[in-house]
Amino acid sequence: MSEGIDEGLRRELQQQGVWVSSMQELYNWGRKNSIWPLQFGLACCAIEMIATAASRYDIARFGGEVFRPSPRQADLMIVAGTVTKKMAPQIVRLYNQMADPKYVIAMGACAISGGPFKQGYNVLKGIDRYIPVDVFIPGCPPRPEALLHAFMELQRKIDEQKLSGANKAAHLDQEQPSEFPVPSFGKHDLEPPANSNVFHPPAIERA
Amino acid sequence: MKPNPHLFIVIFIGVALVFPLIPLALAWLWRRIFQPPKPGPQKNSIYECGVESLGEAQIQFRSQYYLYAIIFLIFDVEAIFLIPFAVAFTGLPVGAFIAILVFLLLLIEGLIWAWSKGCLQWER
Repeated sequence: MSEGIDEGLRRELQQQGVWVSSMQELYNWGRKNSIWPLQFGLACCAIEMIATAASRYDIARFGGEVFRPSPRQADLMIVAGTVTKKMAPQIVRLYNQMADPKYVIAMGACAISGGPFKQGYNVLKGIDRYIPVDVFIPGCPPRPEALLHAFMELQRKIDEQKLSGANKAAHLDQEQPSEFPVPSFGKHDLEPPANSNVFHPPAIERA
Repeated sequence: MKPNPHLFIVIFIGVALVFPLIPLALAWLWRRIFQPPKPGPQKNSIYECGVESLGEAQIQFRSQYYLYAIIFLIFDVEAIFLIPFAVAFTGLPVGAFIAILVFLLLLIEGLIWAWSKGCLQWER
């Protein structure tokens, strides 16, 4: 919503056929309707992602348009599937190579928590340990409708981003990082096991 | 008074310059006012598949590959020339006949040389 103009006046003008907007609204409207995802699938969730992009569900109707094969041209990373510890550094590197503004959807139980493979020695327990995730979708795998819902949630989130002020969007803030440290292979696990600037797990309360 | 016939070219060049310059200027202004650039070593890296590049891009191929080039010439390129030669064989003048014989001789020489080098041997 534009802060500068009175809502009543705005509605009055609209009835007369005059559409008043703000720079922020125009900017977010353009961005949220042309989100290009990175063409990047990890496991069985990727099949659902492909179905979402194909003609039956057709993410292009929502502005999901073309899946880009290069991180330089993509706005959205859909982490679709199990993230192994071997793959995690590559994902973080791809995320770092995406141009700002960039968003992440963690798709499926594996990407958000490790899912059914959580006990596996080689499975990362959620990609949110290393990169900031905007929308989480549970499901094993989530149906294409769920991905579309996550996409619409992301659009809602983009629409609410501020262009200026104290709580402006992260990509407009010089202080906010655009690259995140890539984990390396340690003796037993990835080093570090999580990026504490990104990963804020809820505290466990034990009775 | 008739306008200069080259006037439309001048207008065309003007439009062609202004048309791309407006979005470029807008993008520059946007960067100055709202979105600060955030370059970084990984964002600016050349390779973009997520894997770090290993070694140099400027590597040399082994010179032994010329043997494959010779055999390719003998068994592939030569055949293309031999077919029209065979079709037009009866009507060829003496000069053309000698020319194609010289061509064949050069390639047969290569074949003998490759044979003696042992590169026709089937490696098990």
